[in-house]
Amino acid sequence: MNPHRRHPFIRIATLLVYGFLYAPIIVLVLYAFNASRTNILFEGFVPAFGPTQMDGSLVTQSPCGPFHWFCELAENRQVGEAARNTLTIAFVSTLTSTVIGTMAALAIQRYNFKIKPFAQLSLYIPIVIPEIVMGIGILTLFSQLFGVINGALGLTGDARLSLGIGTVIVSHIAFSVPFVTLVVQARLSGFDKSYEEAAMDLGANEFVTFWRVTLPMILPGVLSGGLLAFTLSLDDFVITFFTTGPGATTLPIYVYGLLRRIVTPEVNALSTVWIGIVLAAVILLQRLQSREAK
Amino acid sequence: MLKRLRENKSAQGTLLVSPTLAWLIVLLIIPLILTTIISFGTRDADGGVIYGFSFHNYMRLIGISSDCDNGQATCFDPLYVNILRRSLSLAFWTTLIVISLAYPLAYFVARAHPKRRSTFLMLVLVPLWTNFVIRVYAWMMLLREQGVINGIIGWVAARFNVPFEPLQMLYTPGAVLVGMVYEFLPFMILPIFTSLEKIDNPLYEAAADLGANPFRTFLRVTLPLSMPGVVAGTILVFIPVMGTFIVSDILGGRQVILVGNLIQNQFLSARDPTFGSAASLILMIMTLIVTYFYTRKFGFGEEIVAV
Repeated sequence: MNPHRRHPFIRIATLLVYGFLYAPIIVLVLYAFNASRTNILFEGFVPAFGPTQMDGSLVTQSPCGPFHWFCELAENRQVGEAARNTLTIAFVSTLTSTVIGTMAALAIQRYNFKIKPFAQLSLYIPIVIPEIVMGIGILTLFSQLFGVINGALGLTGDARLSLGIGTVIVSHIAFSVPFVTLVVQARLSGFDKSYEEAAMDLGANEFVTFWRVTLPMILPGVLSGGLLAFTLSLDDFVITFFTTGPGATTLPIYVYGLLRRIVTPEVNALSTVWIGIVLAAVILLQRLQSREAK
Repeated sequence: MLKRLRENKSAQGTLLVSPTLAWLIVLLIIPLILTTIISFGTRDADGGVIYGFSFHNYMRLIGISSDCDNGQATCFDPLYVNILRRSLSLAFWTTLIVISLAYPLAYFVARAHPKRRSTFLMLVLVPLWTNFVIRVYAWMMLLREQGVINGIIGWVAARFNVPFEPLQMLYTPGAVLVGMVYEFLPFMILPIFTSLEKIDNPLYEAAADLGANPFRTFLRVTLPLSMPGVVAGTILVFIPVMGTFIVSDILGGRQVILVGNLIQNQFLSARDPTFGSAASLILMIMTLIVTYFYTRKFGFGEEIVAV
């Protein structure tokens, strides 16, 4: 029996589901080239190059031609700032959660200690409770805490503690750390302890053993945990929504704000750039994995 | 001191886990306790919290209102009960539809030739990593009155000379359901794929040798062995659907209010954090009960991190 033989029903269903996954994305990208500013109907591409000219809500000429909205996007200061914030938050929170999450995974997999059951239980909290519950909980914590501190120290004006990029970062670490720990733990569980024992027998201390033996072997797990933390942070809307403040707008928050007001094809251009980066990242990842498999 | 630490394995473990644990205690457990305390309080005129021990927020949520037209002390107001019921049923239907769409695709990918498998998998990752908010926006473009779907139907209707009125699709419960299914589909595909991929081929061959037809093999071998993936996927879909407010906000307008919208509204515009906290605790308890009964039967393994 050919293990790769599949029923026609499965083939058709798969094709349809892939269609369902990609149809909205294709429409989104197509509309990034829309000449119509209102972006309700597709009115064709911006036809000509030259100084920007409008006919009603139709862009008839642009220095960038059909890429008009991408040029607008590149000049949009708010988008630039939001992109910077998004990346800063993602990098800092990923780095922190990967380090402390890996430490926790080692502890749980290798050591026995009194608070281990409690630690294991609390790692499942962010997975089993809805994000909004976490979001409003953290918001309440910060607003109460900052209220007390500001009052006690008599801080006023700009000196007051308030929600911002810092509160978003610590919150992102909180929800991504359990995922890192679980990924690394899965990697550690299939790991032969005798390599470490051999290193210790040969006179290496714990740190050298960890650095030269354990870490290289669990590195793929650590990297995929880190990657997961990074994508969770980039994608997060709910927690950021409740923990962000003035000057700490991220891209998802910025796009959400636009959706509630007027949407020009600039949002589609932004989405297209985002999808392009994701596509490149996924292809790169696949290349790396297939190299590792060889 | 350092020497004692080197010999004490238990202290080493505690030390290694402590940063993560501290983080989880400060940012998850303490906030949950605070939410609980506040939910028993009442609000003052500026939206501040007056601490106390009153069940009135919970009474309001289960429909016992003290604000009655007919002069009685209490009466039944189903407003919030309906919101909770609507959220629960939307999460149920979304999960069911997502399983039925995800399973065939995951099965196809898991049994594809190993060389092509990673490409098929990659095709699932791209929509997943495309931002959540962007994906809602895509459906807004498709569903609105002059959107792409109405455009296509209108064009077909015009070719066949059939009169056509654009369908009102945006701002309906159906739009919210479609949006939810689309948002969470990849979260079901990946865990099911992971559990299906683990099934060895000899197992299928053995089933075939013993005379099982493909349908029986699926029912008796494939389906039971893939249950951990289905359970993990359900947790990854059901829980977020219960708490999401963007999909209903953008695709449902004011027509579809879910418990997520209710909570968000209490914290941002209605400014009653005590009522919002009570609603969020009820939401948490509902999801925990469902998760508990669901995982008690099947359990969930490492598939939960397949995404």
